Amino acid sequence: MAQFIQQVINGLNVGSIYALIALGYTMVYGIVKLINFAHGDILMIGAYFGFFALATFNVPFGLALVVSMILCALVGMTIDRLAYKPLRNAPRISALITALGMSMLLQNLFRLLFGAQPRRMPAVIALKRIEIAPGIAISNLAIITILLSVGLMLLLEFIVKKTKTGKAMRAVSEDKSAAKLMGVNVDKTISITFAIGSALGAVGGLLYAINYYQVEPYMGMMPGLKAFVAAVLGGIGVIPGAMLGGFVIGLIETLTKGYVSTTWADAFVFGILIIVLIFKPAGILGKNTREKV
Amino acid sequence: MKKLLSLALVLVIVLSTFLTGCAGNDAEPTTPDATETETETEASGEAVRLGLLAPTSGALAPYGQAVKNSVELAIQEINAAGGVNGADVELFFYDNEGDSTKTVNLFNKLVDVDKIDALIGPVISTTTLAVAPIANELGIPMISPTATNKDVTPGLDYVFRACYIDPYQGSVVAKFAMENLEAKTAAVFTNVGSDYSDGLAKAFTETFEAGGGTITDAEGYTDADNDFSAILTKVKANAPDVIFVPDYFNMVGVVASQVRELGIESVLLGGDGWDGIQNDFAAEVEGYFFANHYSTTDPDPIVQDFIASYEAQFGETPNALGALAYDATNVMLAAIIAAGSTDAEAVLVALKATDMPAVCGYITFDENGDPIKDISIITVKDGKLELEAKVSGN
Repeated sequence: MAQFIQQVINGLNVGSIYALIALGYTMVYGIVKLINFAHGDILMIGAYFGFFALATFNVPFGLALVVSMILCALVGMTIDRLAYKPLRNAPRISALITALGMSMLLQNLFRLLFGAQPRRMPAVIALKRIEIAPGIAISNLAIITILLSVGLMLLLEFIVKKTKTGKAMRAVSEDKSAAKLMGVNVDKTISITFAIGSALGAVGGLLYAINYYQVEPYMGMMPGLKAFVAAVLGGIGVIPGAMLGGFVIGLIETLTKGYVSTTWADAFVFGILIIVLIFKPAGILGKNTREKV
Repeated sequence: MKKLLSLALVLVIVLSTFLTGCAGNDAEPTTPDATETETETEASGEAVRLGLLAPTSGALAPYGQAVKNSVELAIQEINAAGGVNGADVELFFYDNEGDSTKTVNLFNKLVDVDKIDALIGPVISTTTLAVAPIANELGIPMISPTATNKDVTPGLDYVFRACYIDPYQGSVVAKFAMENLEAKTAAVFTNVGSDYSDGLAKAFTETFEAGGGTITDAEGYTDADNDFSAILTKVKANAPDVIFVPDYFNMVGVVASQVRELGIESVLLGGDGWDGIQNDFAAEVEGYFFANHYSTTDPDPIVQDFIASYEAQFGETPNALGALAYDATNVMLAAIIAAGSTDAEAVLVALKATDMPAVCGYITFDENGDPIKDISIITVKDGKLELEAKVSGN
């Protein structure tokens, strides 16, 4: 039993990082109906910014986090402006392919700039294990990861539900042209969406790098893919869905590794995705909406 | 307008043939240069062309770089001493990024374009397994400094290696665990995508079980895995005496960090892929053990001379892969000298008869082309590598 609870804690730790990244996918999809495959690489860029802030400039963790969030928000907005905006009215497949291209561009750009050699993330948080019950312990790093993720998700929920910007975001996601007619600045709203999504991605990246100690140009691929699955599983375009999806994926993965086999973990994750999509094509929390013609 | 375009095209074509012609002429004088230094031997005077494939980018870059440095060092030394059979040794190097497909393509380029006489490399087992059958078929003598998988050499006449093989390494570590650490239980972590990791893990398991030990957990993972907390939590409950993690150091570093994070007391053991781990993960692997090809603290002059000249040139202490690459190059060049030419058949006979002192121990080859030599068990103490024990013979 103790082991099971321990595994659940491990799963929540991984899941909270997936959830943070999944939010970026789901927000962008909700608003511009674009699967932004470059989002996994935003995570990598965030990890690099954090790495340089921590290792080269020796700034405290909190500041590194903020710097990395701001820079990533700028990167996200720039990518949207340069690569996606000109394709706003093009067929969706063009934008999707552009996103894939952007992903490769970013990976190889960082490989060129900083080399493919993984870099060791400095241990910013002195590791402590807190025994909460016999045989069950949680590291302070896991607590920080989970709390930070949940906190940011609540903040996001607040922004989307209670602020004017959030209202504009919801309006644009519902109907772009109607929102425009009502005086919503659509381009600005989309920019803000990319900025927020990328900033959350940066936090995810930095936490991922600190949890797993390394930073390298291809590190965004796997967590990016898993987070995308999480977003789809929860219902892409639905913000609480991304959070739920992230935690579900993290738990399934960890429990499979713990009780079945590590090599089966990914198969289980993707298998469950397929099953959910068969019975509920819009995802767990997704609403079935009629396609507008 | 069309006329102008075709004119331009013609111009480009003419220019390009002219330029490539020039480039060809430019390259020419290097060969006469080499013949000038020729003295008494009846060699053709053509430079000896060695190919080298090593990953100098990607996760394996530290290994590839060490190998490349050492091969260059060995070639420099032999050229300074008058070359091979009176001719200079020329090196053709490509970065294979540790990728099997790229390795095969680059090998074909080395053979077709660069016309190499012999190949040093590749570095890791997976890429070596890909290229070895082709080299054998084309009759290019090759020696991998570091491919430890057992299937690299058998049945392939032209394929040699400078390092001992995975089963040997895995079983020596198992013996060390049982005899020196008195371990009764062990967990084994295997990177299922790596022939190297798989080979070591199998041999360790066999020897450990044959010696009366119990394997509590046999876990597989892939290169894409970063999160070991789930399997380590499971392993922690079984509390094995040792955990065998035969993988390359970046992955081992990630595993070791999480072992410490979860407060697991078992001792981690590994193979030669751990070499270099002290740079990034010294604190995490403190007190753990791994098998290696040589120790920098070995007082043998051949070892110390190599370390001194490597340090003078590259400003760092060579790792085991560097030492093996140095040995591999010297073995190959010694064979070419003994053969008196770069004729593949003659070189092959000379390679088989190899019998010489080397940095990683006195080297001879068995019938497969695998070396017969010593193995060192290294421990990490105060962030530095130290020789713990030396096991000799096959």
